[in-house]
Amino acid sequence: MKSFLIKNGRVVDPANQVDAVRDVFIVDGQIAATAANPTVIDATGKIVTPGLIDLHVHLREPGRGDKETIETGTLCAARGGFTSVVCMPNTTPPADNNGTIAFIKQRAAAAAHVNVFPTGAITKELKGEELAPIGSLKKAGVVAITDDGRCVQNNELMRRAVQYAKMFDLPVMDHCQDYNLVADGVAHEGYWSAVLGLRGWPAIGEDMIVARNILIAELTDWYIHCQHISSAGSVALIREAKRRGVKISGEACPHHFTLTDECLKNYDANFKMNPPLRSERDRDAIIEGLADGTLECIGSDHAPHCQHEKEVEFDHAPFGILGLETELSLSLELVRKKVLTWTQLIEKFTVNPARLLRLAKGTLSVGADADVTIIDPACEWTYDVAQSASKSRNSPFHGWPLRGKAITTIVGGKIVWSE
Amino acid sequence: MSTNTWTRKDLLSIQDLSVAEINIVLDTAAAFKQVGERTIKKVPALRGKTMVNLFVEPSTRTRTSFELAAKRLSADVINIDASASSLVKGETLKDTALNLQALNADIIVIRHSAAGAPHFLAPQLRASVVNAGDGAHEHPTQALLDAFTIREKKGTIAGLKITILGDILYSRVARSNIWLLNKLGAHVTLAGPSTLLPRVFEEFGCRVTYDIEEAIADADVINLLRIQHERQRKTAFPSLGEYTAMFGLNKERFARTKPDALIMHPGPINRGVEIDSEVADCSRSVILEQVTNGLAVRMAALFLCAGGS
Repeated sequence: MKSFLIKNGRVVDPANQVDAVRDVFIVDGQIAATAANPTVIDATGKIVTPGLIDLHVHLREPGRGDKETIETGTLCAARGGFTSVVCMPNTTPPADNNGTIAFIKQRAAAAAHVNVFPTGAITKELKGEELAPIGSLKKAGVVAITDDGRCVQNNELMRRAVQYAKMFDLPVMDHCQDYNLVADGVAHEGYWSAVLGLRGWPAIGEDMIVARNILIAELTDWYIHCQHISSAGSVALIREAKRRGVKISGEACPHHFTLTDECLKNYDANFKMNPPLRSERDRDAIIEGLADGTLECIGSDHAPHCQHEKEVEFDHAPFGILGLETELSLSLELVRKKVLTWTQLIEKFTVNPARLLRLAKGTLSVGADADVTIIDPACEWTYDVAQSASKSRNSPFHGWPLRGKAITTIVGGKIVWSE
Repeated sequence: MSTNTWTRKDLLSIQDLSVAEINIVLDTAAAFKQVGERTIKKVPALRGKTMVNLFVEPSTRTRTSFELAAKRLSADVINIDASASSLVKGETLKDTALNLQALNADIIVIRHSAAGAPHFLAPQLRASVVNAGDGAHEHPTQALLDAFTIREKKGTIAGLKITILGDILYSRVARSNIWLLNKLGAHVTLAGPSTLLPRVFEEFGCRVTYDIEEAIADADVINLLRIQHERQRKTAFPSLGEYTAMFGLNKERFARTKPDALIMHPGPINRGVEIDSEVADCSRSVILEQVTNGLAVRMAALFLCAGGS
């Protein structure tokens, strides 16, 4: 295996509290202290970080290879600077059984461009009725359980799931949505839903479940990670609960801290996702939550859908947008606006998700897997979704001028993407 | 204001229209209304053009009104009822519309249960798209015919106190009326049960009240909306009986309105629910004149969008 010297870059490695210009060596797929005759990668003026982790993606395989496959989804990841992705269980069939997890791992071993960490379902068929075989899923290799895309409504069942998962040291992630409050809502309930005549998806529909999760996390003394937090109320609830030491965490998506519900005014279904884009006040609260650490992870919720599925009436389009290829650039905006330092941003993509999901990733310590991302912070580019590695085209950021980009993505000592 | 500045291919929403454009429609409608009063009610303005009534949500009155409007303008008319169309066989709305365009349809009048459906189609088609009601979003020709009726009866709209009463949240008629009446300088009050009238409507420039007595006391125009059973997700009030008791325009309430207050309703009316029969049939009720004026307004809309020079 080749050895590398990544020379003279600004190394931002929050796990080791490093933010300094220095060299990084890779030998035999691991971070090393030095190397004999390495291939030199000049990183002068670039940022060198542990390989980025996206803890929330939909790879659509098995079952919906027309939208995305493990191969194409992980190529999006590599191009976006991500060396590890955590894939959601709402596939067809759902990942509520060992066989599906084994299939995902097998496909990943054969075709993935980056590391794939599967999650398993909380309940059978994600129906919210009976527990999935959580212990067996853990043995099969899932890093967390979640019914993402759906939400367990029965509080007793959720409590039991968390209690049970704790026995296996398995964190629980949750898509927070109260079905009665949200019903068939498609847009944030507020001024724009009123103007556009779109059925409201009220923020309280998320807040109610976040509050429920806080209570269950407190009772069980176990980790519940609230996925794609979109509302100011949820941020406040999580902030307060963390202060009390509750094992609760939150994740933000780039679209929720970049866009607002005003974007819906042309009824373009590429702005339709779940939870929906919310008001400016909510967007600002998400940014504040990122800044003060209430939201410790950033995930894309990469959710590919075919063009013909999205090119329909807003009400009839499926929820979800692409995210992996634009995620880093949109997040770098937070550094440029001085909301976050480099260290604060990179920890949300590395050490924080790694710690939450107990992944031996997200660090440049000597001996760690050589997953490395090299970022050109100054690079100006325009996102052209027609050139996406995804099988789908559903991005609201098509044509957006962006700044900063991953230029080299290294997984286990192998360059998987380089410009 | 110039006499003719209509340059739009489509009529999608009142929110987009300028005051000048609204007045052009109303003035054009006035001319067409006279045509309807002649023995020979037809003019050749759209001769050789084809209009498609694409009704993806059931409607009788609006569809008939558009059909008759097109026929009076000498256009050829095709009615497509969604329950019988390819949409039920899985064809997308876009494909249906492109197929109609391939048949050289000049105008597509669309009624759809999904908000924004006409806005989704319009930029993809050469044909004119006229919104005949999209979900809870807008119903522009209804608002135009309401304004036409008010203007005809009251002379002007500016300065009038107009109360819209009923199910506001799910009403496209309410939204289109709010935009239009505000643009023309009316003072709009909205009233109805709190579950169907969130405070956010104040941001539209309206007064919001939950007290019907106060809402109708000094109104020059009272526009009653139908309770939209089909668009409500859950019962927003305990029962129709309670709605009638709390918000129905009954004889007692009617007696306390201004003596020259107009009573309007976009239809179809639910007698005994939002309006007492006697009030609906009284001399101040202009409900049927709204229907007559609707024809003229729709002729104007079709003519302006597709009539060419």
